[in-house]
Amino acid sequence: MIQELYRKEYGKMVTVLCNRFGLAHMDAAEDIVSDTFLSAAESWGMSGVPSNPVAWLYAVAKNNALNYLKHNNIFEQRIRKDLLRAEQRYEMDIDLSDQNITDSQLRMIFAICHPSLPVEAQVSLALRVLCGFTIDEIAQALLTSKGNINKRLFRAKEKLRAEDVEIAFPEGMEIGARLDTVLVCLYLLFNEGYYSAGADSVLRKDLCLEAMRLAYLLIGNAQTAKPRVYALMALMCFQASRFDARIGDGGELVLYEDQDIRRWDEELTGRGGQFFVHASGRGEVSKYHIEAAIAWWHTHQAEEGEKWVNILRLYNQLLILEYSPIAALNRAYAFYRVYGKEKAIVEAEGLQLSGNLFYHSLLGELYTDVDNERARQHFAQALALAGSAAEKAVLERKLNDHS
Amino acid sequence: MQEMMTAWTNWIGGIAARDRLVDRGHRMGITGSKTIAAGNLVTDGPYTEIKEFINGVMYIRAENIEEAVELAKGCPMLQGKGKVEVRPLVTADDFS
Repeated sequence: MIQELYRKEYGKMVTVLCNRFGLAHMDAAEDIVSDTFLSAAESWGMSGVPSNPVAWLYAVAKNNALNYLKHNNIFEQRIRKDLLRAEQRYEMDIDLSDQNITDSQLRMIFAICHPSLPVEAQVSLALRVLCGFTIDEIAQALLTSKGNINKRLFRAKEKLRAEDVEIAFPEGMEIGARLDTVLVCLYLLFNEGYYSAGADSVLRKDLCLEAMRLAYLLIGNAQTAKPRVYALMALMCFQASRFDARIGDGGELVLYEDQDIRRWDEELTGRGGQFFVHASGRGEVSKYHIEAAIAWWHTHQAEEGEKWVNILRLYNQLLILEYSPIAALNRAYAFYRVYGKEKAIVEAEGLQLSGNLFYHSLLGELYTDVDNERARQHFAQALALAGSAAEKAVLERKLNDHS
Repeated sequence: MQEMMTAWTNWIGGIAARDRLVDRGHRMGITGSKTIAAGNLVTDGPYTEIKEFINGVMYIRAENIEEAVELAKGCPMLQGKGKVEVRPLVTADDFS
């Protein structure tokens, strides 16, 4: 119970406090909120959970924050300036209303997704500060060590201080470019959850849901509700609709072909469709539009021929817009579905992505029944490159079929 | 029609999939085109004067001309009577 609250409320409170104190005081904001949860654990443990736990948390955090303000030179540096400003009456309050939480989070997204930070740092920081993940959970979700995450967060905060980044909504012309940085971060956050085969599936799903929640915040604001934001949201809905179907009962990865269609979430597909309608018709075609369209075909039971012809066309379009190895490999797979294995082998080998796990497993797939010895070699190479147990299991099965 | 379009997007998509596409460029129109000669002499065309005309241009990056030629071999233009010219771009440091 307190853990759920932590996940839900930690980020909100830290974000509101950061908005108030300034980004340079992020550590103080985190300390205050952590202390609040510590006292909650003590006090609730002794005298029982209050009837409105969230209100309790907010009240205690508020008090702690006000004490901090009073006793710290933040008051001197920031607040007094406000006080001295003509007519502006300064109220000694911390605003934890829904509206201010939402506004603060929106400003915080832009501060965290600052172009001066590498995208991995943005993702970690977003998970910590906006999503209330513990260091442990972030390390698990991103398949790295706690030490690494701590270092990453420390450096990111230092950088934000050094760059004197303000928690503010970007202005006018700036919004477009800043929004693109935010979308890259959310896209990565979602993909970390969706594709990483390491962490447990509950945690991974949380990552996806958080990415969707943050994207939804952007949609809720007129200045950021751009077509490409809707497109990203549609993409995430379409992908997430298969989340349950692609995880087996034992936590193993269920390949697309083997998924139980009844476990696809139609409600999410429907929501995705609505977002896609909002994304379209305004003359903007981003990579998120194209990827959403591809994902739509995957959630859609269509005649196989028509489906893959369209998916191939979309991958062509996507690659022309922006190259990525994974898109190139997916295109080669779509090529196989349309034109058969032998032609697809030529396409795939032309990619020269030797040393890429998916390159070798794709070629293993394509050479199967064409040249089984080569197929075996590629699966073996892929297996050597596989990192997670789930991936290894799939490849070992394939390799066994060839011996 | 559809087939022709698919052939073109597959070709360009294949180049892009190899991370060799710089700019898909443009097809160049014939109707309404003009040629200007010395003395600001403007005529219609090029279509009336010459048998061959440039249909479009596209920029790719390649290790060498041989690789570029390999990529060009997939051009749907070659299914008919067309030709593809592969030309290196001259930069400031080239001696050609």
